[in-house]
Amino acid sequence: MAEKVLMKGNEAIAEAAIIAGCRHYFGYPITPQTEIAAYMAKRMPKIGGCFLQAESEIAAINMVYGVAGTGKRVMTSSSSPGIALKSEGLSYLAGSDLPALVVNVQRGGPGLGGIQPSQSDYFQATKAGGHGDFRMIVLAPASAQEMADLTIKGFDLADKYRMTSMLLADGTMGQMMEPVALPEASYVLEEKPWAVTGTKLARPHNIINSLSLVPEELEMLNFKRFEKYAEIEKTEAMCEEFMTEDCDIAVVAFGIAARVSKNAVIAARSRGIKVGLIRPITLWPFPTDVFKKVAKTAKHFISVELNMGQMIDDVRLAIDCSRPVSLCNRAGGMIPTPEDVLAKIEIAAGGNN
Amino acid sequence: MVVFKKPHALTDAPLHYCPGCTHGIIHRLVAECIDELGVEGKTIGVAPVGCSVMAYNYFNCDMVEAAHGRAPAVATGLKRSLPDNVIFTYQGDGDLASIGMAETVHSATRNENITIIFVNNAIYGMTGGQMAPTSLPGQVTQTSPYGRDVATVGYPIKVCEMLSQLDGPEYLERVAVNNVKNVRNAKKAIKKAFENQINNKGFSLVEVVSTCPTNWGMTPEKALSWVDEKMIPYYPLGVYKDRSAAKEENK
Amino acid sequence: MKNTTQILIAGFGGQGVLFAGKFIAYKGLLEGKQVSWLPSYGPEMRGGTANCSVIISEDPVGSPIVSTPDVLTVMNLPSLDKYEAKAAEGAKIFVDSTLISRKLERTDVEAFYVPSTKMAADAGIPTLANMILVGKMLKECEMLSFDEVEAALRKVVSAKRIELLDYNLKALEAGYNFKD
Repeated sequence: MAEKVLMKGNEAIAEAAIIAGCRHYFGYPITPQTEIAAYMAKRMPKIGGCFLQAESEIAAINMVYGVAGTGKRVMTSSSSPGIALKSEGLSYLAGSDLPALVVNVQRGGPGLGGIQPSQSDYFQATKAGGHGDFRMIVLAPASAQEMADLTIKGFDLADKYRMTSMLLADGTMGQMMEPVALPEASYVLEEKPWAVTGTKLARPHNIINSLSLVPEELEMLNFKRFEKYAEIEKTEAMCEEFMTEDCDIAVVAFGIAARVSKNAVIAARSRGIKVGLIRPITLWPFPTDVFKKVAKTAKHFISVELNMGQMIDDVRLAIDCSRPVSLCNRAGGMIPTPEDVLAKIEIAAGGNN
Repeated sequence: MVVFKKPHALTDAPLHYCPGCTHGIIHRLVAECIDELGVEGKTIGVAPVGCSVMAYNYFNCDMVEAAHGRAPAVATGLKRSLPDNVIFTYQGDGDLASIGMAETVHSATRNENITIIFVNNAIYGMTGGQMAPTSLPGQVTQTSPYGRDVATVGYPIKVCEMLSQLDGPEYLERVAVNNVKNVRNAKKAIKKAFENQINNKGFSLVEVVSTCPTNWGMTPEKALSWVDEKMIPYYPLGVYKDRSAAKEENK
Repeated sequence: MKNTTQILIAGFGGQGVLFAGKFIAYKGLLEGKQVSWLPSYGPEMRGGTANCSVIISEDPVGSPIVSTPDVLTVMNLPSLDKYEAKAAEGAKIFVDSTLISRKLERTDVEAFYVPSTKMAADAGIPTLANMILVGKMLKECEMLSFDEVEAALRKVVSAKRIELLDYNLKALEAGYNFKD
């Protein structure tokens, strides 16, 4: 590990992508993630990489599709409205089983919305990234260090499973500066025999394609893809638990909401309330097993979100609705304070006692 | 003595195109050029959404199927990743001049070193004959049943003329494939568009005025003459931009 | 001493509020503390109000958002009006008294009035009022020391404009040595 440097989350993503071997970046300016593009514009030409400002988010994701088809590591980044434009491309990437990293530094919506931090694209990222049956691996960093680490992890998982990894951050994570220790560049790019690189007249032609007009065949493709997803659900879920061992109340939060919640959990513990924090790091796959375990002691769950309540559905499903789940939320670019979360914890504690 | 054979760059898959459709001719011209230039092993083609959506089955080189209109963006990614390979897109009028107009214009203005084969048959073929951005004024289609009314839906887009106003592109030419002479010229233009890429000259687009007997509601023969009577007067054939040739002349 | 110090620095865009925060964060990092720096962002950066949250802590930083600052530094009146009431009880509040003529209304906090904009102008470093205030903050707060400030400056002053290092140092010292 190198010396710790202060980096903005957005910059940490960009440098980590380069460390992970990504040499192609395509994007379109949008607040609050433009630092990623600016960083890439500076760095890529110096390392023989490609930075290209596309004419639209749609073009950018399709440039990603082109590079991904050649088997090289490639990424794009945007913020909520821009990700919506990319959803066509996300679906095609899924249908063609291409690996890529897509970063969403979320802002408040719907519509043009605002530019302040939000988590209101949770549904879009975890359930409806585009048309058709597909999943993306969704990683939710909660520090500048994780912005870097999960970027690298995202590329690895994308390659491993031939699918899109989405880094689901928010404006705070993107703009915040924290110490980051970047790893040495060390990546092994797997052989990708399916890639289009030219046949050299030495093999049958490869085709990158998501069209399949025979329903029986298309169904089989979906079945196969979902077998892969089932494997990922079994093996790749990641989660941080904080003081959950004996907790009566479990606060659930990811990203910036988890940072805020941690303060509240510490404050509540000092008041003698047995409360813990579950911080999903992968939002898909959702770390369901941890929830089932914690539900053995916890009598109440509180989902803390920067939206109108989206992850809360997954919390309820993870515990089979066996415990009450309440919501602590702000929307539109507002962030709950630790005091807001503490107040919800105290209500839940009162209800239990 | 071999009089006639299939180009190596075409697969054995039977084409699905309608009788009298000129896609087959254009596929063959592209494949012949790839053969003659000896680049099949390093060529990657991008198929569009439209009648030629399954072009990926017909060309022997590596192929990518793009989302509707996005072929130039996909080709940009391919070329930026593999600058020594030969990248072409094969697109229809709806794909290139309607939904993908931004990708078309911006890849042209970047002088992206790719080759675009643009098949203009003035109609949406695959979906059954709706009005295209290049449908002629007064042309009857499923979505312009009283004829294209320019007062309400505007005029056809002349892609070569429009792109020729940009400083970016290297080479723009409009050709047709409705008679032997035109087919010969079309092949020359297509070959030049590939050569330009191999010689790193940049963005080259060949617009091929094509036919759609099925959706035009004509016999193949009538469709070919309709190209002469209606299409070519509106879409004059010729070179709209050839930057290298212009430079030569200025010397 | 408290384990965590929550700092909020606020002023107009262009006064170097974010830079001052960045310096403090780096100073903390070099002293082995846990730190975070969070700016306000968006159109308000361009000529409107700007602020940044900096947290210096012995423990991992939870929320990076400072809502009740222990240390508040304000460089214009709107910022004082907005944040005075939010400061923690016993907070230290640093006021650019060249630009803000009023005194604090609260009596449960500690006020430091530094005519930093005037001092900066007099010293020929008119853009560095921010760092004069930082010098004073380092003097009055226990969170960080004044030792080796140059090392932290080197982290935040662009290598291309290294000549600014001495001016920044001068500003920090002027603030550190200022007596009201």
